[in-house]
Amino acid sequence: MSSAEASATVGALGAGDAAASEPPVPPAVRRLRRGGMASLFASETATLFRRWRTWAMLASLGLIPILIAIAIRIAGPSGPGRGPAFLDQVAGNGLFVGMTALVVATPLFLPLTIAVVSGDAIAGEASHGTLRYLLIAPAGRLRLLAVKYAVAAVFCLAAALTVIVVGTLIGWALFPIGPVTLLSGGQIPVGEGLLRLLAIGAYVAVSMLGLSAIGLLASTLTVVPVGAMAATAILAVVAQIVGAIPQLEWVHPFLFSDRWFDFDDLLRSPPSWESFGDNALLQAAWIAVFGGLAAWRFATRDILS
Amino acid sequence: MSDLAIQTHGLTKRFRAQVAVDGIDLAVPRGSVFGFLGPNGSGKTTTIRMLLGLVGATAGTARVLGTDMPKGLDDVLPRVGALVEGPAFAPFLSGAANLARFDAADRHASPSTRGRRVAEALDRVGLSHAARKKAGAYSLGMKQRLGLANALLMPRDLLVLDEPTNGLDPQGTREVRSLIRSFAADGTTVFVSSHLLAEVEQLCTHVGVMSAGRLVAQGTLDEFRRSGASRVEVLTPDPDAARAVLARIGLVTDAAAAAPVEAAASAGDGDALVTAALSDDRAPGGRAADDPAADQPAAEAVVAALVRDGVRVRGFAIRRTSLEQRFVELTGEGFDVVG
Repeated sequence: MSSAEASATVGALGAGDAAASEPPVPPAVRRLRRGGMASLFASETATLFRRWRTWAMLASLGLIPILIAIAIRIAGPSGPGRGPAFLDQVAGNGLFVGMTALVVATPLFLPLTIAVVSGDAIAGEASHGTLRYLLIAPAGRLRLLAVKYAVAAVFCLAAALTVIVVGTLIGWALFPIGPVTLLSGGQIPVGEGLLRLLAIGAYVAVSMLGLSAIGLLASTLTVVPVGAMAATAILAVVAQIVGAIPQLEWVHPFLFSDRWFDFDDLLRSPPSWESFGDNALLQAAWIAVFGGLAAWRFATRDILS
Repeated sequence: MSDLAIQTHGLTKRFRAQVAVDGIDLAVPRGSVFGFLGPNGSGKTTTIRMLLGLVGATAGTARVLGTDMPKGLDDVLPRVGALVEGPAFAPFLSGAANLARFDAADRHASPSTRGRRVAEALDRVGLSHAARKKAGAYSLGMKQRLGLANALLMPRDLLVLDEPTNGLDPQGTREVRSLIRSFAADGTTVFVSSHLLAEVEQLCTHVGVMSAGRLVAQGTLDEFRRSGASRVEVLTPDPDAARAVLARIGLVTDAAAAAPVEAAASAGDGDALVTAALSDDRAPGGRAADDPAADQPAAEAVVAALVRDGVRVRGFAIRRTSLEQRFVELTGEGFDVVG
């Protein structure tokens, strides 16, 4: 069954290109194009953002920069070297609020929300009983899995952007905004500073993709979403603990959390995209392994929920 | 193109040590309303899950609408509407949004007509007024209707309905029955599982009976009814004479009724109820072609013979085995859950 479904999914994916380049479209292909994968992706994305829970998580992520900004506004700037990275710069330049908040959110809070969304992907449907109805629609097992992963990736981006956007807004409201002093010493104007901020947001979103794949696999192993979420969140913490133990240095380059904080390369002049690429490669490896395991598991599993 | 909408050969599902479905050979003719009967836990839902590709068969084959399953899943399922083991919805979405979501999962469903088809399906099950209400706030009966609406989003060749009237009030039950009749009138094959005999009796043209994972009987409803023995009941103060007459004309009087029964329900004092089997017990589906009552005397001939011999007949009835008796005979355990 798995191979048959895989080829059907590939057929659906390829149908768009085939139809665009060749005028005579076989009826079967034309039929597949209707609706298609994009339709399910749009529907599932809309479903994610129609959940109260999604907005609650984004709102709590947005609270982090607000908390940081208000604390500094009231208590005054902290000395250099104290607190999270960039914290000492916030009072001088509001653009650093979003960056500081990302540094604060990345170890625990952000992975927690990612674990909730990715762990819920399949297990949540199973627990509602909607999985069987999606599959007999028929969504196609691999197609559904791919769409669910894509939706989790959308949430990664939305989460990172929420922190950046809220941080920038509150920073702009409470602190002076000015040219950003880079780590390499030079200064860039506000507009370019905002672009660098967005790049950092993208970096953090990409950082969470490996964890999302782990959550997706966990989600196919159980019909209890909370179990999948907890397992994913615990793995995120464990990876960071392992990453902090020097005796386990040999394993560090393989950890999905190894490059979570390497985004300061984007604050050099000119920006160095090398760490962005390395991080993307690392995450891609995790996606390949855990996404593959999830597909293998989900393609043949008996749906009894 | 096969004339069977569903056809299985030796379909088997084993969960670890337990055999849930044990080598069943289903044959559901196109255009029929097929009642899939069986006590709880007899393997009905597992069979349905296998037919829809949710569960892989341990052994055997299944063809749905002439296509091998689960290989032809992507081609077949768009033509199949189903309600499996109760309706299920995302509680945080409205009824209409839930339907739109399932529709989006069907690659063959056009997004441009989605809104209209959702509205029509909701209207057909009488839920238009609750379309914008969150599905989590629906009553059980409303969810059941929404589940039916989901099965109706696209034109279907086959409807697989697992306990469709579960949780519905009597009015809702009647509506669902008339809905099912209207599908059948359109030529849609309806495969409806139920443990409610009355429902099957009123709706179905064909029945299959599951017991402990096996398909113990299958055929048209008439064959199924005929297969049970009909009985002659004579209420008379002369039981011995009556029994002698019945025996002479070739009926087998019941041993159980050999002792005069005090007919408490009847009016006359000293009346006894004499019963005899009218036709043989036959397995349905098997030798169905020949009329089982052909070699039996007609009912009026029985009465005439009794009266001719001076038996005072105070009551006479031909009792067909009720579907329920037949069901209990076949499944052996009535409505108990099989462990």
